[in-house]
Amino acid sequence: MSKFELSRRTILKSSAAGLAALSSAGLPRLAQASELTVGIVYVGPRDDFGWNQAHAVAATALKDVPGVTVVEEENVPETIAVQKSMESMINLDGAKLIFATSFGYYKPFVLDLAAKYTDVEFRHAAPLWTEADPKNAGSYFGYLDQAHYVDGVAAGLSTTSNKLGFVAAKPIGTVLRNINSFLLGARKVNPEATVQVIFTGEWSMPVREAEAANALVDAGCDVLTCHVDGPKVVIETAESRGIKCCGHNASQSPLAPNGFITGAEYKWETIYKMFATDLAEGEPLPNFTGGGFDVDFVRSTPYGAGATEAAIAAADAARADVKAGKSIFVGPINKQDGSSLLAAGASFENYEPSLDQTDYLIEGVIGSIT
Amino acid sequence: MSGDAGLMTVLLAMFAGAIRVSTPFLFVSLGEMLTEKSGRINLGLEGTLVFGAMSGYAISYHTGLPWLGVLVAGICGSGFGALHGYLCKLPKVNDIAIGIALMLFGTGLAFFFGKAYIQPSAPRLPSISFGTWSEHPGVRQALEINPLFLLGIALAVFLWWALKNTRYGLTIRTTGDSAPAALALGINVDKVRLLSTMAGGFFAGIGGSFLSLYYPGSWTEGLSSGQGLMAVALVIFARWNPIACFWAALLFGAAGALGPALQSIGISRGYHFFNAAPYILTLLIMIASSSPRRSLKGAPGELSITK
Amino acid sequence: MADTTETPGIAVQSSFAADLLDRFRRSAEYVVIPLLALVFSGILFSIFLLTLGKSPADFFSLVWRGGFGTSFSWQNTLVRSAPFIFTALCVAVPARLGLVIIGGEGALVLGGFAAAAIAIPMVDWAPGFLLLGVMVIAAMLAGGLWIGCVGALRHYRGVNETIASLLMFYIAVSILNFFVEGALRDPSDPNKPSTRPIGSDNMIGAIPGTDVHWGLLTGVVLCGLLYLLMNRTTFGFAAQIAGGNLRAAQAQGLPVGRLVVVSCAIAGACAGLAGFFEVAAIHGKANASLIAGYGFTGILVSFLARHNPLVIIPVAIFLGGIAASGGLIQRRMDLPDATVLVLQGLLFLVILVSETFYGRFAIFRSKGGVL
Repeated sequence: MSKFELSRRTILKSSAAGLAALSSAGLPRLAQASELTVGIVYVGPRDDFGWNQAHAVAATALKDVPGVTVVEEENVPETIAVQKSMESMINLDGAKLIFATSFGYYKPFVLDLAAKYTDVEFRHAAPLWTEADPKNAGSYFGYLDQAHYVDGVAAGLSTTSNKLGFVAAKPIGTVLRNINSFLLGARKVNPEATVQVIFTGEWSMPVREAEAANALVDAGCDVLTCHVDGPKVVIETAESRGIKCCGHNASQSPLAPNGFITGAEYKWETIYKMFATDLAEGEPLPNFTGGGFDVDFVRSTPYGAGATEAAIAAADAARADVKAGKSIFVGPINKQDGSSLLAAGASFENYEPSLDQTDYLIEGVIGSIT
Repeated sequence: MSGDAGLMTVLLAMFAGAIRVSTPFLFVSLGEMLTEKSGRINLGLEGTLVFGAMSGYAISYHTGLPWLGVLVAGICGSGFGALHGYLCKLPKVNDIAIGIALMLFGTGLAFFFGKAYIQPSAPRLPSISFGTWSEHPGVRQALEINPLFLLGIALAVFLWWALKNTRYGLTIRTTGDSAPAALALGINVDKVRLLSTMAGGFFAGIGGSFLSLYYPGSWTEGLSSGQGLMAVALVIFARWNPIACFWAALLFGAAGALGPALQSIGISRGYHFFNAAPYILTLLIMIASSSPRRSLKGAPGELSITK
Repeated sequence: MADTTETPGIAVQSSFAADLLDRFRRSAEYVVIPLLALVFSGILFSIFLLTLGKSPADFFSLVWRGGFGTSFSWQNTLVRSAPFIFTALCVAVPARLGLVIIGGEGALVLGGFAAAAIAIPMVDWAPGFLLLGVMVIAAMLAGGLWIGCVGALRHYRGVNETIASLLMFYIAVSILNFFVEGALRDPSDPNKPSTRPIGSDNMIGAIPGTDVHWGLLTGVVLCGLLYLLMNRTTFGFAAQIAGGNLRAAQAQGLPVGRLVVVSCAIAGACAGLAGFFEVAAIHGKANASLIAGYGFTGILVSFLARHNPLVIIPVAIFLGGIAASGGLIQRRMDLPDATVLVLQGLLFLVILVSETFYGRFAIFRSKGGVL
């Protein structure tokens, strides 16, 4: 069990060679693949053009494993309903492995069930698992801020007004981190760039997203990106206003034939395929799996018509840098309130655990959290 | 950004937002107004709106004709209206409850059959440029106006005129004010209400197709977020006056643009409340303009909700 | 129609028996008609399924299995029905006065928020029972004030209560989000904005031998109490009389204002309790998950129960069972989640329409012709 002594930071650092994965020899082995039922729970519709769809498409990899039956449930809210859905999969379908794909499923629902059903494995799509949590639970996650950083680099070279727009759902850690990384990317190539952020307050509210996108364009932004469940509306609004845009979650390239630059996408299939292989071989699944470009957990959407040659070159270089482990957060960086996040010369390593807890926006981002 | 420029940005955004966002509210509230004028309330227009959005998008996708989508959305809407109108004429059947049931039923059917249309991109409605005279890109954008918005204004004026001045208008108003009086005049009360509810559903369906085919312009399950229900609220707010429905829809649209616009000039503290501005504003105006002593002016006497 | 002949010799006994039979006939109507409506909506839904090429037999056996067929399913059903009971009461109580409140969700959200908020300064020192007691009061006060306001606006300003409660739902959500993402946010959980947890030791446990929290039993008791209030007290009778026409009741000198405000406050307190149980038995904190649509399902439950608090219990359990089986249907039949919405809508429509048949069948009519 010595591996559990390792801190997350060390684990992730040691991942350069391969997957940022941790597996425990002490784990009870999953039942043989030939008799395994896997349950997957989604918070929204499986075809939402965003988060849930990305999971659902990638999870088909599991269905190809011989002997594995996959049962799925969509639109399960983050209430007692998800606990009962997972329990129902365990009790009525005989599921021995559960994938819970929404943030709010973890505490208390996944944790409670992991304690109650010790012979069932739970994996949750967010970097939340710690060594203190049950050993039959675990996390898998792609660090999308790396791809947003690359988007930022491309966007920074695509703007003439030096104003970039970001439509965000809620001011939570991952969203704030993506916004910060997007700005850092833009600032790397264009020190004048600022990012204007508008929070819609909901994960999915198409009319307000469209209004937010329009307001950003009216305020002079000429490149838009977003972090909402379904980016379709933001991208289409940007295109119809004749400005450029970067995508999120899945490929929106066809939605903006003129202005699409590139986009930040999860590559869940890497993770699900890895799980599928483990299952097929009867191997235990790792408790914590996370990473970015280095382990192929995130990717950039292929460049669209909006990407200039300079932007492409700079974005390619930035991606290679991140892949090689070069830091995104390099000092001096101040938070919005003027306090120092990183002094000159200091930097965060890309899997710095404190970044999971981001509760601030950095200087250069316009718009406040509360 | 200087204060003046910021204020201008916000005002322009609210003006543009009013035009962009108000159309579905306008159509649904006009439809509901007509239904209520005949003496029934149809709370189910939220379901009709959502089903209209889905069916309009589906038809536009399959045929490539967005205007046909609008028409089909309207026809589907009048189908729901017919169901409501027919069921409510049965004795002891409560129109409010049937409305809530239809809201659920319409939304359920729309989500059920709409799964297949979340992915595909359907051709959307065009807009007409009224802002070519302006140098300002924001103004030009604000004056990109969808024909349905203009149609909605025309409809509001027409309904205002027709309710006042035509025999049909009089028939509807009489039915809504007093069913016994209407019966005495030889009016077929159930038929008038059925037709009024069908017409109301037709308009609500069109309102839904605006959402999916123009702004924001795609079909998703979260598309409406209660707009049909709010439009029903706007009718009472507008005192059953079609012209006031138009102003109420504009106001609601403008208030909805306030939150994002303020954030765009850097005012984001308390954005939750700015985003709730349409609801807060509507409530405040209702409180200010209601009176405990008399019935609401213009309220149809037969309407269960105003008794 | 069956005829019961009376022999003069045993007149006393027989009139008692006839009376009993009469009562039975009349109440049988309230069982038979809803059952027939259930069967009919089942037939309609089967046709819907058949046109899609799905088997109705599979469907209904899965509803049975997922909702009621195993002990786990039963508990699943009961857990889901607990909040429906409270939110249905939020509709049913004002309905006696002819008020249609559709914003119970707002009172639930604020009740849950108030409970979690008041717990924050107390968590470190207060014993569990005190903490929970204060939380209950806070939740009921918050919910009661919220819907009470709707009643007051209705009575003193003539603002339509249906619309006002809907608008106030949206406002309640913005209040919750404002505090949960702002001043009262637990800094240790940046990824799901929530208040500080009340601590797992302070959480309300399950009814022994089950997985179902005490909210269900509380709800059942509350239904009984409110039934007594509405049917066995002067308050209830006054409300019933006023219910026909508020303006007329006022002209007759009934204390309409008090009736309206108090009924609404009771209603809001019920919804607030639902919020309390969400916080104290399920989430352990307040966050956006409180907005789960329970308030809107409650409207459905109350209308189906004809606003009768005692009938709310079985109806809530019935709808809880449908919700509980929804997942199984998705998983086994490859039908989208909206299937359950379609079924609920259809069921609701048919049951409402079945109201028209009360009193139409001679078999349910009283023999004596007195009633």
